Amino acid sequence: MAGSTLHDGSSPLNQAAKQTSDDAHGYYVAGEPLVDPVTPTGPIADRWTTRRFENRLVNPANRRKLDVIIVGTGLAGGAAAATLGEAGYNVKSFCYQDSPRRAHSIAAQGGINAAKNYKEDGDSVFRLFYDTVKGGDYRSRESNVYRLAEVSTNIIDQCVAQGVPFAREYGGLLDNRSFGGVQVSRTFYARGQTGQQLLLGAYQAMERQVAAGTVTQYTRHEMLELIVKDGVARGIVARDLVSGEIETHLADAVVLASGGYGNVFFLSTNAMGCNVTATWRAHRKGAYMANPCYTQIHPTCIPVSGEHQSKLTLMSESLRNDGRIWVPKKVEDCDKDPRDIPEEDRDYYLERIYPAFGNLVPRDIASRQAKNVCDEGRGVGPLVGDFRRGVYLDFTDAIERMGADVVKEKYDNLFDMYERITGENPYEVPMRIYPAVHYVMGGLWVDYHLQSNIPGLFVTGEANFSDHGANRLGASALMQGLADGYFVLPNTIRDYLADGPFEKITEDDEAVVEARRSVEKRVETFLSINGSRSADSYHRELGHIMWEYCGMERSEEGLRKAIDMIRELKKDFWTDLKVLGTADSLNQSLEKAGRVADFIELGELMCIDALNRRESCGGHFRAESQTEEGEALRHDEEFAYVAAWEFGGEDGSPVLHKEDLIYTAIEMKQRSYK
Amino acid sequence: MATVTAVKNKRSSRSTIALKLLMALSGLIFIGYVLAHMYGNLKAFSGQEAFDSYAEHLRTIGEPLLPYSGLLWIIRIVLLVALAVHVYAAYTLWARAGKARTTKYAVTKRVNSTWSSKTMRWGGTALLLFIVFHILHFTLRVVTPGSNSDSPYERLVGSFEIWWVSAIYLVAMAALAMHLRHGTWSAAQTLGLTNTASARRNANLLGYLLAVVIAGGYSLIPVFVLAGVIS
Amino acid sequence: MNLTLKIWRQQNPADKGGLKTYELGGVSEDMSFLEMLDVLNEQLNETGEEPVAFDHDCREGICGSCALMIDGQAHGPEVTTTCQLHMRSFKDGQTITIEPWRADAFPVIKDLVTDRSAFDRIIQAGGYISANTGSAPEANSVPAPRDKATRAFNVATCIGCGACVAACPNGSASLFLGAKITHLGELPQGQPERDGRVASMVAQHDAEGFGGCTNIGECTAACPKEIPLDVISQLNKDLRTAIRHGH
Repeated sequence: MAGSTLHDGSSPLNQAAKQTSDDAHGYYVAGEPLVDPVTPTGPIADRWTTRRFENRLVNPANRRKLDVIIVGTGLAGGAAAATLGEAGYNVKSFCYQDSPRRAHSIAAQGGINAAKNYKEDGDSVFRLFYDTVKGGDYRSRESNVYRLAEVSTNIIDQCVAQGVPFAREYGGLLDNRSFGGVQVSRTFYARGQTGQQLLLGAYQAMERQVAAGTVTQYTRHEMLELIVKDGVARGIVARDLVSGEIETHLADAVVLASGGYGNVFFLSTNAMGCNVTATWRAHRKGAYMANPCYTQIHPTCIPVSGEHQSKLTLMSESLRNDGRIWVPKKVEDCDKDPRDIPEEDRDYYLERIYPAFGNLVPRDIASRQAKNVCDEGRGVGPLVGDFRRGVYLDFTDAIERMGADVVKEKYDNLFDMYERITGENPYEVPMRIYPAVHYVMGGLWVDYHLQSNIPGLFVTGEANFSDHGANRLGASALMQGLADGYFVLPNTIRDYLADGPFEKITEDDEAVVEARRSVEKRVETFLSINGSRSADSYHRELGHIMWEYCGMERSEEGLRKAIDMIRELKKDFWTDLKVLGTADSLNQSLEKAGRVADFIELGELMCIDALNRRESCGGHFRAESQTEEGEALRHDEEFAYVAAWEFGGEDGSPVLHKEDLIYTAIEMKQRSYK
Repeated sequence: MATVTAVKNKRSSRSTIALKLLMALSGLIFIGYVLAHMYGNLKAFSGQEAFDSYAEHLRTIGEPLLPYSGLLWIIRIVLLVALAVHVYAAYTLWARAGKARTTKYAVTKRVNSTWSSKTMRWGGTALLLFIVFHILHFTLRVVTPGSNSDSPYERLVGSFEIWWVSAIYLVAMAALAMHLRHGTWSAAQTLGLTNTASARRNANLLGYLLAVVIAGGYSLIPVFVLAGVIS
Repeated sequence: MNLTLKIWRQQNPADKGGLKTYELGGVSEDMSFLEMLDVLNEQLNETGEEPVAFDHDCREGICGSCALMIDGQAHGPEVTTTCQLHMRSFKDGQTITIEPWRADAFPVIKDLVTDRSAFDRIIQAGGYISANTGSAPEANSVPAPRDKATRAFNVATCIGCGACVAACPNGSASLFLGAKITHLGELPQGQPERDGRVASMVAQHDAEGFGGCTNIGECTAACPKEIPLDVISQLNKDLRTAIRHGH
């Protein structure tokens, strides 16, 4: 933290932003400024402790009378279900998968950060806090991030007690590694399957509560609408994916832990079923969507092999520690066997442009430069359409330097995975990699209590926007999901539930009936359009638009074009969609249609958000805002705010509410990797 | 569509694994018994007197503490109980497995099954039939091909000189070899003795060893009778 | 590649169902098996036939959703999940039979989709360590021997796909059960509930209608995570101990 000072948190260190540009003029309506109504004050290190004390308690006898719905069973949802169940609330848990254990948190590979400082290498809660704010390019709320760093240590204790088999040293104590270019070793891991092991821990804790009767699990159920009565969230409408039945579930509070929306790009590292529907339906009912354009793109994924591709697979970033990234200098070499391209005809572009960091530049830079060289026509691998998307990640030097055995020991499982998917042996032929969408920092707006602007609606994990700012550090997604689920939400939702028991809402309430009807009508519509195209084909097309114009690099011109294209696509979708099968049975095409419909609307909002934010920060790079060397350039004086978008009605424009980001503990700095 | 509910306080001693444990333990009794039985049979190579006096000796062991044939009856009762347990557990588990998959696959491809593991049930049934035949033959003397002499040695030689009697016994020994091969390994696994790769290898090797030694040892007698070495 | 696909079609749990034959052309060997089915489904959608339902989600071999019996082998001819199986493992012109997992404890919902909630109920019966949130001691206060922690991790990689049941001639879930028993039983935190856990989980396994294990080893051969057979030995040993302790 050389040159950095922590302040006492008592006075603001920056001024509220004043936006002077207005790229998105005409696409949105300016709304009232937004203030977090429960924002904590005082010294930053005391804020969470104080708040936990101030938040009211719920009498244990009253808890079982309070119903809480939790949508999603990943780390955030599963952990919350377990913890609220243990506390004695009456929890209903929903997931679209056939078991809570299959939520996509399971696919996280690398690890989970915690400020345990077991290595005595100078780590601390403050340092994790600082790294996370800095990594998020100063676009996150400092109080939330500090809290995240603070509870990170409890997470490890909790998971070990549950039997999560973290890697250990010979003495039997927990092992740590350094991850994602951080200088301290604070990442706990379970080989390359940390997400799986943490999720199974949360799942097992939740199943224990199912057995205890405090949690009821509804698997193969998809939330399709939020029930809001008198401005307060009171339940959800869900479809039983097996019987097709539209069900209403009523509660005193609703928690959305439904994950991120990276699948708006069609190709991403998300699971096929990951979708935005739960949060988007809430958005349409009044919940603000914050910073939707912040998406994280991971540089080391296995490239697309053809038009049929359904999904991209991530390989650990650790590969960049030893592999060298290059493309041919000459376009005509691109379809040659890479082994026949002589050294002088290769362009090790990252080493060339960033001599200090070389192949280890941050994710967004590595990703963008890969796109740049491919756009120049120097990409490698198979032609998909008329384009080669891939760059070489070459281990030839590493094998010569360390020997094949050492390389094998370090990377064998990754090499195996690569070979299984591509059919090429990376010990002989250089690997090919290409960036892919991996995580979204944007999500529903929440206050310090993780409550959205709709009272009674809470949002946790990747589904909310709160902790990662414009970019997320490696090994921090798992940390946030579990922090929210185990330690934050249970301590904040009780302040809301302390007002209960609430007036009971009944099935025949107007708000319930209306919500249910709207879902039934939507399902009928999908089945009756009877056009010629599958939902999947629309999704693919949307993905192309988003990737091209709202992907690694965004420009005013491109975003305007994208918005027009998405609006056309939306019209076409609602007139030419074809969904076969029936509403009263398992119908995967029908499920898909609903998800794609919502992705299309989200895609438009993402483009508008990206258009408005004429700066480059974290995972959002605007071509108009870069240094002479092509580095991202932030404009704090204009954009140090959270963009919270309110749904503007079916044909209206979204309303932009700005929440100023005022730092009291850390000063903002511009990053440099040259 | 989940209709099964949580079960509470079910006794572990009634579980499928408990049945397997019973099979394993009763199986071990049989292994011990067939080894001892084989030792007696091989006395045939020492001639009629040695063989017959050994047979008689079995009946007088423990006298006067035990009555005549007392030990033999104790062994017979233990074996009968073990057989009942073994057969009961086997057929119960067999029926259970049948109910666990009532709709069969159109295509099946087994990649890891040995011949011996695939034939445990029908092979076991064949062995059961053989045991009945064997008792009728040598113990109860209901079926007496070749000879019904009071000398066990003469009955042995007399019947094995008939080719089809020897064939029945040799086929049964092949079935026993298969049963022992998988049964030994399976018993070790069921008893929880194979928690490491080396323990698994050893249990498998022991299965092969017992199969070869026991089935081979028994088979020597009919083969040598047919060859005229024992007469 | 051109393929002939014989796929199990079944409208609902009550329907009798049967194999239906489809011809599919233009399959690339770089496609995953599920992407090949995507192509088929797109073709069916065009011709007005309802697409084939199959479970899938992460498509990177970790969620355990995908579950196809391919030519009589769970997850097909390679040791991996169906989603990680690629068409280069098949030949041009080949006929491939695709069926759902067959076990009465996993009833068919539709086409190739089965109900595997029995596994959830087995976990509910005791596949956890009771540690309420907030009650955990400092993580390093209880060291765990590295070899035991490694064995725990190796078997904790089970993805709950059910291939072990699908491949087992007896329809037994012993490998799934044994993996969880071994995972939790190898860790110091798992000791207090060890006897009760195995007793309850085995009882639930039996109540679900899974068969008994005959130590053949088809399960471990089909397991995409290569869970070794010794977890079943461990399961048996733990149950034996539990019986001795009065369960």
